[in-house]
Amino acid sequence: MTTELPGSPTPERPAAQPADSAVAAGDVTALFERARGGDRRALGRLLTYTERGGPLADAVAVAAWPLAGAAHVVGMTGAPGVGKSTLTDRLAQVAAEDGRRVAILAVDPSSPLTGGAILGDRVRMGSAAAPGGPFVRSMASRGQSGGLALAALAAVRLLDATGHDLIIVETVGIGQVEVDIARTADTTIVAVSPGWGDAVQANKAGLLEMADIFVVNKADRAGAADARRDLEYMLDLGHGTGWRPPVALTVATTGEGADELFKHVQDHRHHLRTSSAGAERRTRHVAEEVRRHLHRWVDLLVAQPSQEAAQLFAEVAQGTLAPSAAARRLAGELPERDATADAGGDKPEV
Amino acid sequence: MTGPAVGTAGSQAERDPDRPEPVRVVLAKLGLDGHDRGLKVVARMLRDAGLEVIYLGLRQTTESILLAVEQEDADVIGLSIHNGGHLTLAPRMVEAVRAAGMDVPVVVGGIVPDMDLERLSEAGVFAVLGPGASATEVAEVVRAAAAARA
Amino acid sequence: MSLPDNPVPGGAESHDDEDSPRARAEAQWRTAFEAAPLRDGTFETMSGVPLAAVHGDPPYPGQFPYTRGIYPSMYRSRLWTMRLFAGMGTAADTNLRFKRLLDAGGTGLSTAFDMPTLMGRDSDHPWAVGEVGRAGVAVDTVADMEDLFAGIDLGGVSTSMTINGPANILMAMYIVTGERGGTDRSLLSGTIQNDILKEYQAQKEYIFPPRPSVRLVTDLIRFTTAEMPRWHPVSISGYHIREAGSTAAQELAFTLANGFAYVEAAMAAGLDVDDFAGRLSFFFNSHIDFFEEIGKYRAARRIWARWMRDRYGARNERSLQLRFHTQTAGVSLTAQQPEVNIARVATQALAAVLGGTQSLHTDSYDEALALPTEQAARIALRTQQVIAHETGAPSVADPLGGSAYVEWMTDEMERRATEVFDHLDKLGEGSILEGVYEGIANGYFVGEIADSAYRFEREVNAGRRIIVGVNAYTEGDDGDTPILYIDDDVEDQQLARLAGAKQQRDSGAVVAALERLAAGAADPTVNLMEPIIDCVRVAATEGEIVHALEGVFGTYTEPAVV
Repeated sequence: MTTELPGSPTPERPAAQPADSAVAAGDVTALFERARGGDRRALGRLLTYTERGGPLADAVAVAAWPLAGAAHVVGMTGAPGVGKSTLTDRLAQVAAEDGRRVAILAVDPSSPLTGGAILGDRVRMGSAAAPGGPFVRSMASRGQSGGLALAALAAVRLLDATGHDLIIVETVGIGQVEVDIARTADTTIVAVSPGWGDAVQANKAGLLEMADIFVVNKADRAGAADARRDLEYMLDLGHGTGWRPPVALTVATTGEGADELFKHVQDHRHHLRTSSAGAERRTRHVAEEVRRHLHRWVDLLVAQPSQEAAQLFAEVAQGTLAPSAAARRLAGELPERDATADAGGDKPEV
Repeated sequence: MTGPAVGTAGSQAERDPDRPEPVRVVLAKLGLDGHDRGLKVVARMLRDAGLEVIYLGLRQTTESILLAVEQEDADVIGLSIHNGGHLTLAPRMVEAVRAAGMDVPVVVGGIVPDMDLERLSEAGVFAVLGPGASATEVAEVVRAAAAARA
Repeated sequence: MSLPDNPVPGGAESHDDEDSPRARAEAQWRTAFEAAPLRDGTFETMSGVPLAAVHGDPPYPGQFPYTRGIYPSMYRSRLWTMRLFAGMGTAADTNLRFKRLLDAGGTGLSTAFDMPTLMGRDSDHPWAVGEVGRAGVAVDTVADMEDLFAGIDLGGVSTSMTINGPANILMAMYIVTGERGGTDRSLLSGTIQNDILKEYQAQKEYIFPPRPSVRLVTDLIRFTTAEMPRWHPVSISGYHIREAGSTAAQELAFTLANGFAYVEAAMAAGLDVDDFAGRLSFFFNSHIDFFEEIGKYRAARRIWARWMRDRYGARNERSLQLRFHTQTAGVSLTAQQPEVNIARVATQALAAVLGGTQSLHTDSYDEALALPTEQAARIALRTQQVIAHETGAPSVADPLGGSAYVEWMTDEMERRATEVFDHLDKLGEGSILEGVYEGIANGYFVGEIADSAYRFEREVNAGRRIIVGVNAYTEGDDGDTPILYIDDDVEDQQLARLAGAKQQRDSGAVVAALERLAAGAADPTVNLMEPIIDCVRVAATEGEIVHALEGVFGTYTEPAVV
């Protein structure tokens, strides 16, 4: 039983995907200025452009790039059910009380079959619904992890450029996506619950090495002290010099320990700024991002080969050219390619 | 190279080019009513039809829904109303959207007697999905609402 | 009216030894049956065939594990209670209805509260707009409760109150209302739903997080055990779990698990299981899959009896007997061709009776559209009366017992429920209570229920499951069922009443009482009933009391499992 009601309003609004890129560029500039002035709706729309990719996304990125770089980016990861959303919410509250302008990017998986997604993190983020609360954006993975990581990075940069100085990227589980995102965060928090299962799972996924801070959430439960001890023990075994990840105990549902967690974030930020670690990390992040762009280009080249590339593949198939030689010749092409045209279009232009 | 190599476009390139950008819909209940069976079923229907559902769940206010719509840049608001409050709650949501200078269509799910449909239409509700609406209908109506917006 | 000569066919004529287990069971049954009263009625068929009170094999009705019913005579002694649950508008409106009911010979009053009251919010709370007095009566202060029961001798009636999160507060208001009318709390009789666990799993009318909420439940169990011997402090409810989309087996399993959880919580609070278990009662759904429902009720009695005896060490027979109220499935009613719902409700009501329910509420056929009209509510009651007086179904206890299919279904329901108990037992490391807490925290219950609801919806969508008038036989929906509209004035009246109550009271005394309550809440050894009663006496509002408790307990947000 469906009733579509007549006479529903359709007032004017900026078209979602204008055909004329010049209009789009103008649009983006205006929206970007509004977003910098605190206009949530403008920022929401720019994030949509960013997420979709294409020329508008590029225009957003061009506008954001020079203004980004001041924010501290925190990655929040851990197994499902650990209480990350609530923890993120609590951390955001403490940071806001400390005068931070906070933004949260909550990443959830898309259904691989249908491309749809249920993004439910806001349910656990009470402060998101409060006036003056953090800016919260839910993002579906919409595809493979590499692409998501690039889109998330672009979104983070936009949030950064629009005046948010603490950006928390929350991811859903412990997998490649999390590792990818953790690789580009300033501070990575790995949350586990009491019991050793989570820690082992995190270890397997390689998250232990990426953690800058551990959190044992649900610390009011039995086994919290044991979980902390186990983590400390693993750190004793495996950790070298420099920053040693602290292990915080929290009860996200009550907010207990959120202050301590925020202090650890602050300490880590201070550590990055006052040691060579910060600069090293930034260099690594940039290199990582460039690598991802390269990787994406290479994927494109193989998935949608230019005439020249197709010719090379054919020669390899015929046995007249070695695969490594073909790869070298294709790699030689890369610098000549027009980055912006390619980044904007669906198909590479050669 | 005409600009800095900023990472933005990767996402699209790695997606299925035949798959359109997902419609984003905020699903919520206004007020105190705790019956969320319908809301949860519809959330899954829409996910399985390829839409992105921003699930707010129970006990939302018009303000919290609007805030989510802005931040999430949602295309449609889906309200589930099961306590007979549709004549109060749905128009209030539409009013709030308009007062904020927005154009996001409101779709209502729940039991609405035929005689109330006209009043909801006059109030600016885009469509009403009654009990027994199929998954296909639900997705089609929400897509139509999104299209009416853009 | 005389007993049939041979109430147990095969019993007296059997060649079993007098000391055989069968003969002993029969003799025991006969003694118990003969001690039970008989109601007026003809226990023979329309053709004049006399009917034995029970058929088949032992254990008989009234015998452990009570699969076949908790009483030896079942409906030959007393029909089930035909309960009608209603209430809307202001307290004064409902009071008038109560009085009409009592004048007509009724003794049981059922109270439905409006959404703000159920959620512990006053009528002037922003969330309450549009909801005041809509689906039940609005109660903000004890003055509203006094209006509700004005001129009614609370010592002479049995009151059922459907409330959960703020149950202790409404209980306190009822106690103070009794006091002021000259009825001591020890003489009050009735039931309060007070089943908070299913709120987290299904109905979502929670306020505080689970652990402090269970403490409130336990406080009320302790309090009534000590001071209110005629009060039933918890009605463990599967109804809402089913309405939220669970299967019959899940309804059975989750409800009994919640029952076990309360038993564990009360025992942990120092009560002897036999001191309170006999006053626990249950509330189940009756859905449309006829034999599955009957199997569910039979399995519920058997599981409860065994667990209470074997796991919790109950010795008192009453502690082992699962008593339950049933309501037909609101969710099974269709907005399309609503008259067809009368047939659905009749079928569901019959299942409940054949399953041995102690009381029954039949839904009105128009409830998928709006609150019931008086005419629709009357048809619902008449449906029960047809089953009670025309069908002959109540003449024989557990008439389906011994049917291969029904016995198999009973076993199957039990088997499926046992799987859930095993899971929760493991989650809770040997404690069902802890397992239920964990299942709430990790989204197990809501996830399972949502999965079942979605599976059902997809089957209907795909046409694999037929719903008459919805996805088949859709012609003939003329769509002009009369609908009840609620007067909007109720909200204004109630707001004025609340403002008046706040003006007249001693606000210093209110603040002091609320502070004492908060201090008590911070100490888990304090039973909060007396401090709440003190708050109620000085006219603190429901919302203020909830707020004071929230300050200590916090509030609850559900895990985002969709």
